[in-house]
Amino acid sequence: MSTVTSSAGKSIVEPLADEPMHHARPTSGHETDHQHHSPTPIGFWIYLMSDCIIFGALFATYAVLGYSYAGGPAPIDLFEPGFVAMETALLLFSSVTFGLAMLQADKQKVDGALMWLGVTALFGIGFIAMEVYEFNHLIHLGAGPDRSAFLSAFFALVGTHGLHVTFGLVWLFTLMAQIKMHGLIPANMQRLGTLSMFWHFLDLIWIGVFSFVYLVRLV
Amino acid sequence: MASEQPAETFSPIFGRLTLDWIPIHEPILIGTFAGVALGGLIFLALMTYFKLWAPLWNNWVVSIDHKKIGIMYMVLGFIMMVRGFADALMMRGQQAMAAGGNEGWLPPHHYDQVFTAHGVIMIFFVAMPFVTGVMNYVMPLQIGARDVAFPFLNNFSFWMTVSGALLINVSLFIGEFARVGWLAFPPLSGANYSTGPGMDYYLWALQIAGVGTTLSGINLIATILKMRAPGMKMFDMPIFTWTALITNVLIVAAFPVLTATLALLTLDRYLGFHFFTNDFGGNAMMYVNLIWIWGHPEVYILIIPCFGIISEIVSTFSGKPIFGYRTMVWATACIMVLSFIVWLHHFFTMGSGASVNTFFGITTMIISVPTGVKIFNWLFTMYKGRVRLEVPMLWVIGFLVTFTIGGMTGVMLAIPPVDFQLHNTLFLIAHFHNVIIGGVVFAIYAGVTYWWPKAFGFQLDEKWGKRAFWGWFIGFYVAFMPLYALGLMGVTRRMNSYPDAGWQPYFIIAGIGALIILFGILSTFMCFAVSIMNRKKLACGNDPWDARTLEWATQSPPQQYNFPQELNVTGREAFWHMKKAGFKWSTDYAPIHMPKDTATGVVIAGIAFVFGFAMVWYIWWLAILTFVAMIAVGIAHTFNYHRDYYIPVDEVRQTEAKGALT
Amino acid sequence: MADHTAHSHGTMGQLMIGFALAAILTIIPFYLIMAEVDLPRTTLIAWIMGLGAVQIIVHLVFFLHVNKSAEEGWTLSATIFSVVILVIVLAGSLWVMHNMNENMMPMHEMDQQIEQMKSLQSQQG
Repeated sequence: MSTVTSSAGKSIVEPLADEPMHHARPTSGHETDHQHHSPTPIGFWIYLMSDCIIFGALFATYAVLGYSYAGGPAPIDLFEPGFVAMETALLLFSSVTFGLAMLQADKQKVDGALMWLGVTALFGIGFIAMEVYEFNHLIHLGAGPDRSAFLSAFFALVGTHGLHVTFGLVWLFTLMAQIKMHGLIPANMQRLGTLSMFWHFLDLIWIGVFSFVYLVRLV
Repeated sequence: MASEQPAETFSPIFGRLTLDWIPIHEPILIGTFAGVALGGLIFLALMTYFKLWAPLWNNWVVSIDHKKIGIMYMVLGFIMMVRGFADALMMRGQQAMAAGGNEGWLPPHHYDQVFTAHGVIMIFFVAMPFVTGVMNYVMPLQIGARDVAFPFLNNFSFWMTVSGALLINVSLFIGEFARVGWLAFPPLSGANYSTGPGMDYYLWALQIAGVGTTLSGINLIATILKMRAPGMKMFDMPIFTWTALITNVLIVAAFPVLTATLALLTLDRYLGFHFFTNDFGGNAMMYVNLIWIWGHPEVYILIIPCFGIISEIVSTFSGKPIFGYRTMVWATACIMVLSFIVWLHHFFTMGSGASVNTFFGITTMIISVPTGVKIFNWLFTMYKGRVRLEVPMLWVIGFLVTFTIGGMTGVMLAIPPVDFQLHNTLFLIAHFHNVIIGGVVFAIYAGVTYWWPKAFGFQLDEKWGKRAFWGWFIGFYVAFMPLYALGLMGVTRRMNSYPDAGWQPYFIIAGIGALIILFGILSTFMCFAVSIMNRKKLACGNDPWDARTLEWATQSPPQQYNFPQELNVTGREAFWHMKKAGFKWSTDYAPIHMPKDTATGVVIAGIAFVFGFAMVWYIWWLAILTFVAMIAVGIAHTFNYHRDYYIPVDEVRQTEAKGALT
Repeated sequence: MADHTAHSHGTMGQLMIGFALAAILTIIPFYLIMAEVDLPRTTLIAWIMGLGAVQIIVHLVFFLHVNKSAEEGWTLSATIFSVVILVIVLAGSLWVMHNMNENMMPMHEMDQQIEQMKSLQSQQG
């Protein structure tokens, strides 16, 4: 049997804007409740899953077209496992330093969090620099994306990942500025948690890239 | 829309845009342009005269109220339906004439643009806004929420959809549109065979609108998962909310594939990549494969919310709970997964061989089973119910009959050997119009008639509503049954002219059918106009249909905060039980927490429109500038931490006193 | 509040376990390739792909904190559903396109085969 009652007097505190607005009332009692009910983490996770499917389509394209060299260079002529290992290490370290930044932030240590975020950004920049170098190098070798379907698929997949990291860096710097301005208020904690998901997610995609795009093709 | 394309030139300021691209020598387009310009000027003048600009901006454009956004989606859908239907009439006219040596009135260059625009507009800018609009309006009310999970994002999604629609319409008067069919298969859509801006309009319009669609999908899923009224369990949700959830899961899972596929084609066209080209190892069939991985779930994205609408209406007008609630949910969930493993039935003829075709033929037949379950559930809901044959129910019965026929011709096409005969014939065209008009359009009309009183506080005029129904219903059969026959005779789709004069009578009958549908569409707008004029007489209470779900528990139209108090829900059909228990809203109010309106969404979408235009015309400086501007506005928005406010108790009391539940 | 955040952002221990596992799971496949370990081709590919899959799970568990209880299980459900879709997209595309290539033989493969025939003929000749 169903019953319905109206709970008068109970204040309705569902977070309604795209980011919960803790800043407006930093000390009120239902803040924790608020954060618990926030739709942002699950919403952002669903976004990541949709992003993951974009990568899935690109991986599928690489799987299907990755052997169409059109008489041009093959992976064995182009890929350097040592170079990729370096990129992988940079990204993995950045994931860990982001984790350290989160732990500092959980303790409300602004300086520590900012310091580790800065280190994360450095690793991220290092990764992007290596990727730009690699792309540039390949294009100079005459192995640009217009050379063959294999190279088109390679540049599209790895490049999309690189663009995501670049976007992550822009977000990272923005958030660092906001943490400097407002401190680790709940709204910023929420954003930090969201960016952390994004950053770890990019590292996760990279596992697919180094395994499937590079290493398997060097066997 | 030049009959011969202007020469490719490039200037650093205007890219490849030159005055030659303005179609001043096309009488049809000049006429259209004159009409649009005149209508636009009258509209601008009236808006200015009645001083409506500020209210439009403040109450609608920047509004993040899910109800207003839902209504705006419906307005967009109806406007674009007029555009898409004009294309349909042009095609019907052309094919009714162009037999046995007669070239008709549309040259191939123009005709090809018309059928491409018709398909793109009807799917992306009519059907999609319709289903998104209904979900946006109804779903949060059904789960007792104040708004969606991310209201700003909702506004942004809507305006991105509008940007895409605008970009397509701009192609009418500046340049041309694609001539490739609605899914733009390469190599025809590649750089070598589709020069000029038409194909680029296609790509950027769909990409910009696609951002909106994906974000709206994420938003509505998060809303259903996190914003339900306390106590409402998943299996307490109304069927429409369930179908909204599953539709949005499909959107979030399928649209990324479309985004990726169109991006790859864009790279082919703009940067000389070789995904889908004939040379350098490209494979055009990979495009067909990828686009249908999106494309088949897409047809379920359109129809599943319509199943939800039908379920609500059947239940209400039969005075009974929906028959087989759980089977309904599980059937929908089955469709969600199965819709991802049937895509190859769109290209059996590609030549993947017997084993692949067999697999996809069988999965396609299997997916019709859960759909059949639903049909029976609706029939059993009506069985022994007190069925009230009002206008929404008329649409439902039209839906049940027509959609079932369309579904059965679909199962015929699922048999690979049959498909080899019927592939790309008018039989296919008749089939998918049978399910999209008989399914989506009829259900949306049913939904509009059903929820209109909730949205505006008065009912729709019954006489004109019935005329609209009969126009659409009869018109559909007259327009599309001849196409089944023509398809069986082997007539292929997208023909500009044909030699066999024996086909002409069928095309003429189909053309007459289109005119009957025109009567249905005109009756629709008459129905809206007459009802708005007689709104005092047609005014109704909160619950004019004696309905069963929560959206009817609040005022018509609902206040911006939807419900004056938080509801505790246990069990299904919450409102039905509230009525039984003699529910009354308490007068003990609390401040209500609401999000603030913002113009950021419309600003970014506006910049995205300019960005799309710049990319189409190779105006690189403008493209870079607008791209940076979009990101800058987005970032600037995140520096605003004050995005909410509280509606004080007094204000709530005042608004509630004006029209409390009686 | 403290419990809640510790739960969603993990602990130092989790982070370090995740790092160690990820490092090992990264080093092995790179070692297999860079040291040119003498294993059959398919075995090597299986190892690299398998380790990659395990590492993805490690990242999900230790860095992204996906588990049964997060967000009432919706995070996990969403992840599983995405994996299903990814498998369908990847395996389906490969299967469909492979069969088409087998049956239809696109032009570039035809060229390759002609070249192979020629080189065989020249070797024999």
